[in-house]
Amino acid sequence: MKKEVLLDLYYQMVLIRRVEERGAELYQQGRIGGFMHLYIGQEAVSTGLIAAREPRDRVITAYRDHGVATNCGISAKEVMAELLGKVTGTSKGKGGSMHMADTSKNMWGGHAIVGGHLPIASGFALGDQYAGNDNVTLCMFGDGATNIGYFHEALNLAKTWNLRVLWICENNQYGMGTAVERASAVTEIRQKAEGYGMKNGQVDGMDVMKVYSAAREAIDFVRKTSQPYLLEADTYRFRGHSMGDPERYRKAEEVKQWQENDPIGIFNKYLLDKKATTRKGLDEIEARVEIEVNQAVEFAEASPEPALEELFKDIYAE
Amino acid sequence: MSKITMREAISQALMEEMDRDAAVFIMGEEVGVWGGTYAVTKGFYDKYGPARIKDTPIAENAIIGAAIGAAMVGQRPVAELMTINFAFSAMDYIVNQAAKLRYMFGGQFTLPLVIRAVGGGGRQLGATHSQTPDAIFAHFPGRRVVSPGTPEDAKGLLKTAIRSDDPILFIEHATMYQVRGEVPEGEYVIPIGKSKIQRAGRDLTIITYCKGLELSFKAAEELSKEGIEAEIVDLRTLRPLDMEPVLSSFMKTNRAIVVEEGWKSFGIGSEVASRIYEQAFDFVDAPILRVAQKEVPLPYNRTLEQAALPQVADITAAAREVLK
Repeated sequence: MKKEVLLDLYYQMVLIRRVEERGAELYQQGRIGGFMHLYIGQEAVSTGLIAAREPRDRVITAYRDHGVATNCGISAKEVMAELLGKVTGTSKGKGGSMHMADTSKNMWGGHAIVGGHLPIASGFALGDQYAGNDNVTLCMFGDGATNIGYFHEALNLAKTWNLRVLWICENNQYGMGTAVERASAVTEIRQKAEGYGMKNGQVDGMDVMKVYSAAREAIDFVRKTSQPYLLEADTYRFRGHSMGDPERYRKAEEVKQWQENDPIGIFNKYLLDKKATTRKGLDEIEARVEIEVNQAVEFAEASPEPALEELFKDIYAE
Repeated sequence: MSKITMREAISQALMEEMDRDAAVFIMGEEVGVWGGTYAVTKGFYDKYGPARIKDTPIAENAIIGAAIGAAMVGQRPVAELMTINFAFSAMDYIVNQAAKLRYMFGGQFTLPLVIRAVGGGGRQLGATHSQTPDAIFAHFPGRRVVSPGTPEDAKGLLKTAIRSDDPILFIEHATMYQVRGEVPEGEYVIPIGKSKIQRAGRDLTIITYCKGLELSFKAAEELSKEGIEAEIVDLRTLRPLDMEPVLSSFMKTNRAIVVEEGWKSFGIGSEVASRIYEQAFDFVDAPILRVAQKEVPLPYNRTLEQAALPQVADITAAAREVLK
């Protein structure tokens, strides 16, 4: 990977983190409503994965979607504006934190019904198959989504109909507050693909370079063979499930242990070890992020609320 | 004009639209090799092949979910639910996804999806396979609900539905596939969201749709022998509900009954009656009565089942009641 590309990935990861840290502050001030789920700790998964796609490949994810939106090229301004419910947001303020999309960038949304977007992902791939192209649909979801029927119907259909879907399970060890082993018959989620005769793999989701390589390989496989693939990324969210999480289900030491494996820290070290940049170079990136985040907040705050007429728009196309 | 069955009308609409637009394809349980459990897609598999006539697993979330996805990326799927009773398995897609995705993402894409579903009782299929839950689906904004009562309307409305850029639930009735009716020769479409006066009359207004229309026609004939002329307004589309022909008819007759096959409580009749009271209160000469299904799960036994379903005699009795 070229140096500029590596540094851009670092920029994206820091940007996701800082946008969310600012978002959390605004949430606590009551400026952001509804549910908000932070991606902090999991940035390497989406960043490595989406770096490996081609622009024509579609991305769809669950409600922990701010990072995915950023990786797909949605600006921090639009993300922040959506969080504040402004008309300049990704979804004109009608979607909120859990529903960010920009189909022009092939980001088909955050989806908030657990597992609900998986059959839709099969449908994207079905649409592409019907159109005769070899686009790949990248469908991201958490470990919790693999216990619900949608997951199984979607995987079965994808395998039976040879649909080009890369299923990416972000195993962050908990479905809300319930540990994987308390909710899933198998703790290695990738095993569930075996039942469908589906190729699968596992990757360290805290290391962006490892995610990138695994995703490249998996996307190539899906595109060339017209077969789905399930990739499990082991990861961890450093913050609560959502902003209102008392975190009674895990110990502070466990969180601390994972935080020592901070994906940004790991990549920071990698870049310095590989001499892709210097400490000063990384500081400059972080300073650029600060400017972008500040501008995003200013933009979002200055943006207008949706007009009341928007209430009745976009329900139907005709 | 030529006289064809409801089955032929729906089949013709599907075939004409598939021939017209390559983006249209059909997916569902037993739609292909089997030819459709109600034989609506008989011969389609041989004509169009497996790429356009897709036999799915028995997995309603996959059927409707995948159809939504394919529609979002530019295809025009017609997804078939073998019966509307199975819609409950796919409720998330019909209620949460198809009806909301466009709005929730600020109108970034269209969702040209038709879900065909067969409903209705009268075939002794037992409680879970005989329901008429149309009102539930009409309750939610974001997805239109169409339910025709004649072959002419079925063909014209289905063709419009397939051409629409929005999701539409198209509800057919399991006992009406053999109903025959005149349809125009050649190409025609009928706009969605328009009620229609199917029979002119002066004494009372019967508002109904789908199976209720068939029953109401028979009731009107009987009433006619007594010198009572009922005007029948066929809703045809449940969402959006077109009240204009209903109100203009009611303002003339001042008496109305609403006939539906679904349960009375929280039903189509309740909605229509409320709107008449709200919009034409000064014209009301008698309480508006609702003829509907008894509030029980439909039993298997034929006598019991028929006792639960609305009958022609219930309609004529209600008509005489509002004319007292």
